[in-house]
Amino acid sequence: MTGIRDIIAKAGSTRLDIDDLAQLLSKEAAQHIELMAATAARLTRQRFGHTMRLFIPLYLSNLCANDCTYCGFSMSNAIKRTTLSMDDLHKECQALKQQGFDSVLLVAGEHERKVGMPYFRQAFAVVSQYFSHIALEVQPLAKDDYAELRGYGLAAVYVYQETYQRSAYDKHHLRGNKTDMQWRLQTPDRVAAAGVDKIGLGVLLGLADWREDALDCARHLRYLQQHYWRSRYSMAFPRLRPCAGGINSEHLVDDKTLVQLICAFRLFEPDLELTLSTREPAMLRDHLMPLGITHMSAGSKTQPGGYADDTIALEQFATSDPRSAKQVCKALLTYGFEPIWKDWQREFA
Amino acid sequence: MLRIDNQNFSSHLLTGTGKFANAGLMSEAIKASGSELVTLALKRIEQAHQQDTTLRELKKLGVRLLPNTSGAKTAKEAVLAAQLARDILDTNWVKLEIHPDPKYLLPDPVETLQAAKALVAKGFVVLPYCPADPTLCLRLQEVGCAAVMPLGSPIGSNQGLQTRDFLRIIVEQSQVPVIVDAGIGAPSHAAEAFEIGADAVLVNTAIATAGDPVAMAKAFRLTCDAALLARQAQLAPSKSQAQASSPLTGFLGAV
Repeated sequence: MTGIRDIIAKAGSTRLDIDDLAQLLSKEAAQHIELMAATAARLTRQRFGHTMRLFIPLYLSNLCANDCTYCGFSMSNAIKRTTLSMDDLHKECQALKQQGFDSVLLVAGEHERKVGMPYFRQAFAVVSQYFSHIALEVQPLAKDDYAELRGYGLAAVYVYQETYQRSAYDKHHLRGNKTDMQWRLQTPDRVAAAGVDKIGLGVLLGLADWREDALDCARHLRYLQQHYWRSRYSMAFPRLRPCAGGINSEHLVDDKTLVQLICAFRLFEPDLELTLSTREPAMLRDHLMPLGITHMSAGSKTQPGGYADDTIALEQFATSDPRSAKQVCKALLTYGFEPIWKDWQREFA
Repeated sequence: MLRIDNQNFSSHLLTGTGKFANAGLMSEAIKASGSELVTLALKRIEQAHQQDTTLRELKKLGVRLLPNTSGAKTAKEAVLAAQLARDILDTNWVKLEIHPDPKYLLPDPVETLQAAKALVAKGFVVLPYCPADPTLCLRLQEVGCAAVMPLGSPIGSNQGLQTRDFLRIIVEQSQVPVIVDAGIGAPSHAAEAFEIGADAVLVNTAIATAGDPVAMAKAFRLTCDAALLARQAQLAPSKSQAQASSPLTGFLGAV
């Protein structure tokens, strides 16, 4: 069996396989975290340079027809529900443009009837007036729907599987369309077949054994890469956050493990985009910047309408990095990274 | 002198603008490289480009801009991107890049040839990034490209001239300048490109991600100058076998 140090040494020059990744995620590998971090940082600089791409989530609606144990938008939670009107959406876009953003991630709970394709068509018509890069994180859609939205500027779809473990998936998804694990699992295939440029994969750390989920997610990535070579892939490692009605989990992931995960995936896939949200606290985010992260959100609000009106409080989860986009940019420059706002041309969608 | 579409450049080193820690450092590095032709991705240019810090720095340097179509996956997208770049930057020069595979960013020869033909017809000066395929380079020259830019190895890989045997054939056959693009990770790789006979090299990652980008830019400039001087001076031929300095058969006349 190849030693962990040998695996770290060959990363970047030889493609690592799933067995190599399993070793990098092992308990033993945690002793080599410094070497993993140095290698991950080097590989990231070589591929992505001294840069960080910035994006912002824009919450369209907190309506949801699912019940999930970990999410503040769950239908059984007694929170005030709202869906942005097109006027509200214009205001949100204007507020975000003022901050400098050109890459937006549209987020909504899953409410097929009220926030389905007719709503998305209208929303894209508004959002595409402001942003070059439009990503979507909503309920899984059909291939034809993705293809249609691509025509309106859709450049990326984020569809985190949450967990790849059947029993955990069933345990945490109690009611609604999201209980259909296969439909969700096959979403990246439909996104790729529709020709959307980027697909975001990920698991919600804290729902099940993180090693099993990370390895399954890596297998999913390799499967997709083999079948859809034109697609770009990104990955994220969101950790469970406190939210209204949220659960306590026996699978919570600590900071050191998160670092190990990020570094291991960078060694596994030197070209993979890795995204970090404001779920994580400012100090941790600053330290993660050099290790493999390529895309960050900044100044995020997880409640619909929260950018134009910051008094609204209906959040999906509590963010931990309250800094404004401007403050995060300042931190990036201090650490030697150029913040990149624009890295896409609408004509490519 | 490097001559592309009747424009003369005294520098044979093209540089890029990506991967730098900030626009000021990029500007210093480009200045140290002596580069007169600098590529930048259209997708990175802010539409309200008066606010674009990269552009502002480049304009101060007075270099010729070579917008590229990075991000385009098809000929159609690349042609659109080139037209936008022409409108925004007021130049009909374009570095044509079509790499539908986002992992290795290898250029698509089919789409590239198609787009090159369309862009030349629209009056563009086309410099295509392409695989180190001698036949493709001839085809690109045939459709009117002003230069060809075959790769040494995948973009950003710093692996040097993995395609050297094919680059030799391209150089031998080409009637337009050959600019070796992608994979040049060290000044020695650039020197090798000139020894093979390339007219110019394009270097970005090796400079932008070096410990000291400005010093590395200077190192590339000095190396390119040295390699071109060596070419003018004509290298002594290399031989695979030793040549005795005293003739081995000289005795025959004396017998």
